[in-house]
Amino acid sequence: MATIEFVDVTKEYPNAKTPAVDNVSFTVHEGAICMLLGTSGSGKTTLLRMVNRLIDPTSGEIRIDGVPTTQQDPIALRRSIGYVIQQVGLFPHLSIEDNVRVVPSILGKSAAETRDRVDELLHLVGLEPAEYRKRYPRQLSGGQQQRVGLARALAADPAVLLMDEPFGALDAITRARLQDELLNVQRGVRKTILFVTHDVEEAFKLGDQIVVMSEGKLVQEGSPIELLAQPASDFVRQLVGADNILRQFEYQPVTAALEPATDAAQERIAADERLLPALLRLIQMRNGALAVVRDGETLGQVSLASVFASVQSIHRNASAASGEHNRSADSAPVIR
Amino acid sequence: MNPILQFFQNVVTLRGTYDWNTVFTFLFYPDILQGIIITVLLAVLAQLIGTLIGLLLYFTRRSSNGVLRGIGELYVWFFRGTPLLVQILFLNAFLPYIGLARPLIQTHFFRNLGFQQDIPLDAFIAGLAALSLNEGAYMAEIVRAGIDSIDLGQLEAAKSLGMTYWLGMRRIVLPQALRVIIPPLGNEFNSMLKNTSLVSAISVAELLEAAQAHAFSQFRPLELLTVASIWYLVLTTIWTLIQRQLERRINVSNLDPALTSGGSWWKRMIGFGGRETGVPMPAGADHH
Ligand SMILES: Nc1ncnc2c1ncn2[C@@H]1O[C@H](COP(=O)(O)OP(=O)(O)OP(=O)(O)O)[C@@H](O)[C@H]1O
Ligand SMILES: [Mg+2]
Repeated sequence: MATIEFVDVTKEYPNAKTPAVDNVSFTVHEGAICMLLGTSGSGKTTLLRMVNRLIDPTSGEIRIDGVPTTQQDPIALRRSIGYVIQQVGLFPHLSIEDNVRVVPSILGKSAAETRDRVDELLHLVGLEPAEYRKRYPRQLSGGQQQRVGLARALAADPAVLLMDEPFGALDAITRARLQDELLNVQRGVRKTILFVTHDVEEAFKLGDQIVVMSEGKLVQEGSPIELLAQPASDFVRQLVGADNILRQFEYQPVTAALEPATDAAQERIAADERLLPALLRLIQMRNGALAVVRDGETLGQVSLASVFASVQSIHRNASAASGEHNRSADSAPVIR
Repeated sequence: MNPILQFFQNVVTLRGTYDWNTVFTFLFYPDILQGIIITVLLAVLAQLIGTLIGLLLYFTRRSSNGVLRGIGELYVWFFRGTPLLVQILFLNAFLPYIGLARPLIQTHFFRNLGFQQDIPLDAFIAGLAALSLNEGAYMAEIVRAGIDSIDLGQLEAAKSLGMTYWLGMRRIVLPQALRVIIPPLGNEFNSMLKNTSLVSAISVAELLEAAQAHAFSQFRPLELLTVASIWYLVLTTIWTLIQRQLERRINVSNLDPALTSGGSWWKRMIGFGGRETGVPMPAGADHH
């Protein structure tokens, strides 16, 4: 487990007019998935590479559990941080097994010692070890390679995981499946994850926290709901599609529409569900209410009335923040 | 007889003086066999050392240090720009200047090793050094093409997983570069087997020099040059067969477990997960 703090981090590449990363500060808490969202060239990869010291900041510092990374040996640091590289980056001359056990093997573990671990990791990312262990990267599909990349990053059980567009260049279905698997894995292992993406949907689906970057600057940082409810600028507002009611339904948790429980509640719904499934169920039931439960305890209920009320208030807030209404409400830009 | 016809008749019959018996007699003559050993020894050692020099030159020429880079370029410029024979003669003439020739001869290294005929160690070393240094300059280009053909992202990935530059080079980049390096390296060795004959100029009794010695004593130059040629053909043919095997292993399907699982480092290097058969080699590997 680890907390990552970025403190006034700036990176200027030689001969560049503007900094690639400009005075960025934020904190990623232990066990959270933080999504770095931004247009191409906004400094996401640069920010990521500073965490494991593939490059060093021009000024400012990055602390992991309070310790500045500059005080740590870069090699040891990198071995303790999993990195899933943009464009996979598997080693084509090594079998899948050897790819996955790269880090343990440089730490001196033999193939026999790591065998079980490799199996476990391949299972974790949904690849049958017996079938894939001895294969080579080029004998795998793009999506399977991405999975191996993830398994490799997890091999040394790092507390921190850096993922640079790990699911880029995948079709929507495979991507969604891998996203689900990542959430699954995360439920079990609880890493602190920094995840770079272009894709707003992905950011919302996976992120506990979203950091929006533009031209090297941090534009806004917060939970998906915060970004939806209070976008800091028109850029963020358009980016996250804050005006899109359907998106609000999709990402607001049912707890956003909580009202005191009554006898009307016929069914139950988990507290971490989103509004959309609750709404669909309520429409199916024609009326009534759903009891919102967490760990067997009833927190309250949601009904059609409470859902509408909550969304209206969210939408009112969002509109008030921008003071403009003419924008097409349902065109969330997916930036590329 | 028409003088022109006469000429062609002479070419074919060699005026009846060509003696095949001499060829057969000397084909397996101990001196000649010893010469073959020396030839192979020179070629293998010079190729090994030359390859190492080529590797070293890669890092010198890719160094951030301008002086090192300059030295590397100068080296390649010099050794590719002067004839190998001159380099051999030069080094051989050089050894006495630094007082090494006599002590080296007096070791009687090859006689002590069990060779019937002693070979002056100074000349052997001068020849070997010239062949190696020269080969280094050519291998430098081959190694450079091989390593540069590997995506920089591979080293980057190795680093991000906590490998040092050198470990990444050794475990990730070089094994992949070898795929590209091995075919031209094989061709280099083929040339090397033949280029060793140049050290006959400094009286190292390799195959050609051994044959020449008998050519003079028997007054049968043509026959003994035939003997030498036959043996050179045998050597290069054997090597071509080995080379073909080697390249096939590089290209062979990964699915062949014998190549990849639990092998020695050599096996891993050669069998490092080739492509499916029929898939072309990376650019630069198939220029022969
Ligand atoms: N090694 C480098 N040297 C000089 N400039 C660089 C280097 N790497 C990146 N840059 C520049 O820094 C800026 C940020 O690049 P970075 O790779 O961090 O962007 P990114 O947000 O990851 O983009 P993408 O989404 O396209 O991957 C860009 O303008 C880029 O040109
Ligand atoms: Mg990037």
